[in-house]
Amino acid sequence: MLNVQNLNVTFNTRKGAVDAVKDISFNLKKGEILGIVGESGSGKSVTSYALMKILDNTGVIKANKLIYSGIDLENASEKEMMDIRGREVSMIFQNPRTSLNPIRKIGKQIEDVLKRHSQANRYNAKQKAIEALKAVKIKDPENRYYSYPYELSGGMCQRVVCAIALACDPRLLIADEPTTGLDITTQKAVMDLIKDLITSRNMSSIFITHDLGLASEYCDRIIVMKDGHIVEKGITHDIFTSPNHPYTRKLVYATPRPGKSIRSLLHSQNKNKEVQHTIHEETLLEVKNLSKFFPGQFGPVQAVKNISFKIKKGECVGLVGESGCGKSTTSAILSRLIEASEGKIIFNKNDISTFAAKNFSKNSIRSDIQMVFQDPTESLNPRYTTRQSISDPLKNLTEMNSKEINSKVIEVSSLVGLPLNLLDRLPHQLSGGQKARVGIARAIVLSPKILILDEPTASLDVSIQAIILNLLVDLRAKLGMSYLFVSHDLHVVQLLCDYIIVMKEGVIIEQGNSDQIISSPKEDYTKSLLAASPKPPKLPKTS
Amino acid sequence: MIIYNTLYNLKNSKSLNHFIIILRENPITFFAFLMLFFFLITAIFGPYLVPYDPLETNTKIALQPPSIDHLFGTDNLGRDVFSRVIVATRLDLTISVLAVLMSFIIGSILGSIAGYWGGWLDIFLSRILDTIMAFPLFVLAMGIVAALGNTIENIIYATAIINIPFYARLVRAEVNIRREASFVHAAKMAGNSEIKILAIHIFPNTLPPMMVQVSLNLGWAILNAAGLSFIGLGVRPPTPEWGIMVAEGANFIISGEWWLALFPGLWLMLAVLTFNLLGDGLRDIFDPRKRV
Repeated sequence: MLNVQNLNVTFNTRKGAVDAVKDISFNLKKGEILGIVGESGSGKSVTSYALMKILDNTGVIKANKLIYSGIDLENASEKEMMDIRGREVSMIFQNPRTSLNPIRKIGKQIEDVLKRHSQANRYNAKQKAIEALKAVKIKDPENRYYSYPYELSGGMCQRVVCAIALACDPRLLIADEPTTGLDITTQKAVMDLIKDLITSRNMSSIFITHDLGLASEYCDRIIVMKDGHIVEKGITHDIFTSPNHPYTRKLVYATPRPGKSIRSLLHSQNKNKEVQHTIHEETLLEVKNLSKFFPGQFGPVQAVKNISFKIKKGECVGLVGESGCGKSTTSAILSRLIEASEGKIIFNKNDISTFAAKNFSKNSIRSDIQMVFQDPTESLNPRYTTRQSISDPLKNLTEMNSKEINSKVIEVSSLVGLPLNLLDRLPHQLSGGQKARVGIARAIVLSPKILILDEPTASLDVSIQAIILNLLVDLRAKLGMSYLFVSHDLHVVQLLCDYIIVMKEGVIIEQGNSDQIISSPKEDYTKSLLAASPKPPKLPKTS
Repeated sequence: MIIYNTLYNLKNSKSLNHFIIILRENPITFFAFLMLFFFLITAIFGPYLVPYDPLETNTKIALQPPSIDHLFGTDNLGRDVFSRVIVATRLDLTISVLAVLMSFIIGSILGSIAGYWGGWLDIFLSRILDTIMAFPLFVLAMGIVAALGNTIENIIYATAIINIPFYARLVRAEVNIRREASFVHAAKMAGNSEIKILAIHIFPNTLPPMMVQVSLNLGWAILNAAGLSFIGLGVRPPTPEWGIMVAEGANFIISGEWWLALFPGLWLMLAVLTFNLLGDGLRDIFDPRKRV
């Protein structure tokens, strides 16, 4: 159906030509789902854009063959492509909110594509649009027809995008990370829907993702890409059970799954044994009946509802929940960035909720509670070098002189595995993993007693996530810190944490030891979270 | 030795390398900096470079067209137009640079406060700035100069006041989008006080877009000062100033003496053009992300 041979995509930039995709070849059969898996910068998205010919002006496509059911896409004119896009080949983009026009009713947006390809006229467009909404299982499609994108949740928006993509019954659907940024239960719902629609209409699909686990569950065949090359292709099961290429192996091992230990994420020969950390009986932090209200349009909104929990000294507690469950608010309150509305936070026998959050930076307890932020790029001042970023807390909160600060910065950098020649670089000159290390170094430079980790690996590639998680494990054993690990991913939390708290809509619905929560969850919500995460096939015995 | 050391430091400084890279990458920026250099030299050394005293009158040679002796011709009092145009550079640049500097500083402080703390302070400041912007700005400047008195300082104050809202609004918006950024939260965790966060963590990040505003504004401020002089406010004859010279020369265009208005007008235009072209280059220089 689709035949791609020796496809090259080159971007002409100011600094010369950059090859984004190098010499890749693959076929797609009718009714097949092909997964393209790779980490950021591997050229997987560029490949899909090249198939649709929606690259920037600077992108040049060269191929021996680029044929879609008899049509030569490489030499097709823009006018011919316009007829193909939407009608024959359609695409679902990564962020559903930005791929919908925010000021047009969603029904009208579906009509646009129907009318463009003469699938509907003025009289039956509305009815066909409602049918398309029905096909993607949107509740109450007659009324939803009049909704604007901002009135819908992320998952609903992605369903609308699917409806638009599938409205004209295309033969090929390209889905570029369709569920990134969605909650795990929503992700499952959306993916199941796409899979159902594809099989029931006997369409083909190219599914692009960074998540090997997800690809394994929905794809027939998988292509693994790295730096613009295809490093491996094959049947999904084979890729998992007997990966040939070292890169594929690294990816397969780095994907968290039940029953893995944190060290086994790393695929290197010389990994040292995991050092056990000790948990003391003494309570370090106790949260009592904590609540937080935010002023809202229709009266106050309660983001956190009367939650209580304890963190022991040296313990790692995981706080799990989907977006909007109040986990980030909780971590912001505990790190004293925002004020609690009600409740007590007892840290080392002091009630720190009595100190105003505004003046907490002057408090001596400030250096005991530190935080690692979600997005390593956004959490570093773009004008600060690595050295300035790491030394900033020392300058403010300690009496050290510049010589002592300098040696402390070097000490911490080597602790987190940050090469010293990166100390004078600016954040944009660092990779994602290096930025994450800078963020961690800055947080631990004051030797805090508790480190709050707000989804520290959410924006990282799996192989880097594996390295950072292992770094956190080592640091905990070396420095004896307690962790509060906030995440949406139960599998990641289970790897690291001794105790898990599950939150939903501002309430703690379940808490207990990790093993117990993972193996025998009591609440249905916890069960659905566990069920929704992708389950890659079992690995062969690791060496 | 000291000079050698400074030169050595300059040679190895990252900022200078960055500056050179920016100039090399963009010929327009290079041209703009060349022009700026030219204007700065004439502003500083102008009075020593010119062939005639700009105030010296000689009615015998009045209204002569451009020639080898008088490159830009002479005016109705026999003064050398070339000397007057060159000498005027210092005054015009001083007015615009001081005015822009004042509005940059005051606008940045007001905008930072409004953008960071928000609330009633923001509403109060924003409404005052909106009120200033609601006036036709040139008329407001005229009013200020007329009320305060016809001096060069007052032209500077008037030009500064009408420009403050533009800076304040830009800084307010830039501070506002960074107020909740996680690097600001991280700065709080690092024990920085609120003022320190605003001054050393957030504000420097607003500089790249501000630089575009500054350079456009420099050109605009020159035009404003010249405009005020043109209508008879501010700088008074016989002081050489581009605006007055255009105003005086305008009377002679009909009778064919075009050089009186053309050359000061041309210089005015080149100065404004220089500053307008400078904007992108300045932004790139102040943006650390452009460094490689």
